[in-house]
Amino acid sequence: MFGLGLLARAARQHQLQCTVSRLFSSCRPLAAATDAVQQAQPREQLQYDLCIVGAGPAGLSAAIRFKQLCKEDNRDLSVCLIEKGSEVGAHILSGNVFEPRALDELFPKWSEQQGEGQAFADLPLRQKATADRFYMLTQGSSIRLPNPPQMKNRGKNYIISLSELTRWLAKHAEEQGVDVFPGFAGKEVLYDWHNAVVGVATGDMGIAKDGCRKPSYTPGVDLMARLTLFGEGARGSLSQSLMQHYGLREAAGASPQTYALGLKEVWEVPEEQHQPGLVLHTVGYPLDNSTYGGGWIYHMEGRRVSLGLVVGLDYANPSLSPYQEFQAFKRHPLVAATIVGGTCLQYGARSLNEGGLQSIPKLAFPGGALIGCSAGFLNTPKIKGTHTAMKSGIVAGEEAFRALGLADDAGKKGPITLRNYADRMEVSWVYQELERARNIRPGFSKWGLWGGMANAALSTYLLRGREPWTLKHRHADHEATKLARDCPPKDYPKPDGVTTFDIPTSLYRSGTNHNHDQPPHLVLADPGLPEVVNHPQYGGPEAKYCPAGVYEYAADEASGRPRLVINAQNCLHCKACSIKDPRQNITWTVPEGGGGPNYTIM
Amino acid sequence: MSKVLVAVKRVIDYNARVRIKPDKSGVDLTNVKMSMNPFCEIAVEEALRLRESKAVDEVVAVSLGPQQVQETLRTALAMGADRAIHVSTEQQLEPLAVAKLLAALARREQPLLCLLGKQAIDGDNNQTGQMLAGLLSWPQATFASKVELDKAAGSAKVTREVDGGLETLSCQLPAVITTDLRLNEPRYATLPNIMKAKKKSIAKLTPQELGVDVTQQLVTLQVEEPAQRKGGVVLGSVAQLVEKLHKEAKVI
Repeated sequence: MFGLGLLARAARQHQLQCTVSRLFSSCRPLAAATDAVQQAQPREQLQYDLCIVGAGPAGLSAAIRFKQLCKEDNRDLSVCLIEKGSEVGAHILSGNVFEPRALDELFPKWSEQQGEGQAFADLPLRQKATADRFYMLTQGSSIRLPNPPQMKNRGKNYIISLSELTRWLAKHAEEQGVDVFPGFAGKEVLYDWHNAVVGVATGDMGIAKDGCRKPSYTPGVDLMARLTLFGEGARGSLSQSLMQHYGLREAAGASPQTYALGLKEVWEVPEEQHQPGLVLHTVGYPLDNSTYGGGWIYHMEGRRVSLGLVVGLDYANPSLSPYQEFQAFKRHPLVAATIVGGTCLQYGARSLNEGGLQSIPKLAFPGGALIGCSAGFLNTPKIKGTHTAMKSGIVAGEEAFRALGLADDAGKKGPITLRNYADRMEVSWVYQELERARNIRPGFSKWGLWGGMANAALSTYLLRGREPWTLKHRHADHEATKLARDCPPKDYPKPDGVTTFDIPTSLYRSGTNHNHDQPPHLVLADPGLPEVVNHPQYGGPEAKYCPAGVYEYAADEASGRPRLVINAQNCLHCKACSIKDPRQNITWTVPEGGGGPNYTIM
Repeated sequence: MSKVLVAVKRVIDYNARVRIKPDKSGVDLTNVKMSMNPFCEIAVEEALRLRESKAVDEVVAVSLGPQQVQETLRTALAMGADRAIHVSTEQQLEPLAVAKLLAALARREQPLLCLLGKQAIDGDNNQTGQMLAGLLSWPQATFASKVELDKAAGSAKVTREVDGGLETLSCQLPAVITTDLRLNEPRYATLPNIMKAKKKSIAKLTPQELGVDVTQQLVTLQVEEPAQRKGGVVLGSVAQLVEKLHKEAKVI
């Protein structure tokens, strides 16, 4: 174990060169560079058999399944789970109409143990879906359409808050002996000389804005593990670095991942406007025919309504603001009728994967694997990713247990690769679902709204996903943005403060907060690029697509020219900037642990 | 062995958005994030610094309430407290009851110092530390922004934040000190310390064992949200202003 630590530290010395050069390229003074050299001092190490990054449905399912198998087999293997949010559930945002398929596998017979005092008494699956509706919206009206078969939820699925469910899962995991550590961000992947993953380094805390150490400086720790699972959600920062490091996309011949940005609010509405169990989806207004997306209204229990808009991030017009489109969605009579007179409780935004089967990278690498949305198992036509994420977590947990058990019994040391995990996923119901759904989303980017719907109907009703072709994603989302001069500028009306709000008001409701005195976590590879490319050519799209108002163009006092101001403190950790920046100039890195949104019912 | 007793309270996280329950009986605590009271965190940090400067030998964290307060005690242990005491009760505790329980504990533990936060951010009472000092007949220094312990002389020099500025006073030990915001910046709990904290002991006591009656003396009748702020109005002339002050605001 000590040897392994030395190797990891030595490997990081080499990586330190990269760290130092990264520091020079971002806007930090020279003082920071010497600090980086100081930080090469040995950090404390914690040893685990399994380390999981991210306390989302995938990570928690993996941890719970792993511990279940440990108990059955009477093996004592240690698991830890780190989560960058201040508590579990704080960074989780989802619609969410929950398909309990994977939950049934994780906890068979959970529905029979929901009586008072029993194990699943307070499992937050309280509202079953009672009705499905599908609408095409125009400016002032709505046309009821037949429900697509992927949207049949009535009687089977539950309308839940995923924040609540993950909190419940975390409590259960802790009871089973998993060490859950909220408030700790995975900053760096640790590799050894065999180029295997040997763990994750958590971020240092207490570093000031200019890079110097504050009196409260606390170095992060190196979490050394024989296997590390990465369940950071869509566009996770460590997952991105792993995909680059191992060439995971190229190895699988995968298309680039495509994304959408989901904006969500939870409202408490008057009794007369509440129809518990109603699951409503919309297409059309406010999005035009060339922008993919749709809205939802889910009626939860207790007069709560979850509503939101999903906007495909391959939109072309750089002046489009997904946040303002969401406000327009709320102004539509169908939506306004539900929320008028109510109170908005929480707001949030998060990117989601839309690439489906075509974009899944190679899943396993020496020492670890990608699980959940970090890999990208979301079923786009269903807009459900929780059940597939949980299934991937369960399979990864099982394979991790098996692999560690075999290594222990054989007395084998050295890196472990979870080859069976990827193989099992390929024959699981996850891939079956994704296979059937694979041609629907790409049809919309090729042929717009009407062509896409025709293609979707063909693929769903007639060919049932068995068509011999697979439409590929032609380009990454950021490549689809046109120049500002080629697109009509979009003008948005002012918010009314009753059902529509400005960004600061909405941001307040997300509970987002970061310690302001820390280096900005949004790193520009070329700090001068926004003034030369983003603003003149694209009209500063980051000021439009960021749902938290992080990016602003303000006139520089000296030169009078517009300058990019980054209010990193507002960040909702949605990752839209990492996805949509036209030159991929913005890298989203993880800020000090415990910062970010504080969702409780999202 | 000289000890410092630190009282910590589990309250709604300072960052959380608060709502009133529909029946106006109190604040809605379901699905709300709870954490240690910020002033209590400062108290724990000060206690740890006193131990690190060898002014005291042991830091004992205390919390009162239902089972969940053990999470707050674990945080105190993760920051570095040596051991913790949980006074277990389902009863809503008022400042006087808390002061009586802490006084009983202080008589048992015989600490050199009792450190408390100046107030809790849910109740905002700012009474417990003062009442505790009164019950024990110990000197008190509240709103401390600087604490210096002179072990040899058995006294403490405390700088207090008062309305007029800063007041420095000296008091004999044992004493009660309540902390204000600028006293220190609490340290982060590190992962290794969180792991160690899981193994540290939390002793459990009940109010009955301490011989304290914690029945509530006060009944909350109603909790309401503050009045909605109305938008401002731009007026055209002084005459209009006078008219509005006379007719609407009714102040002249």
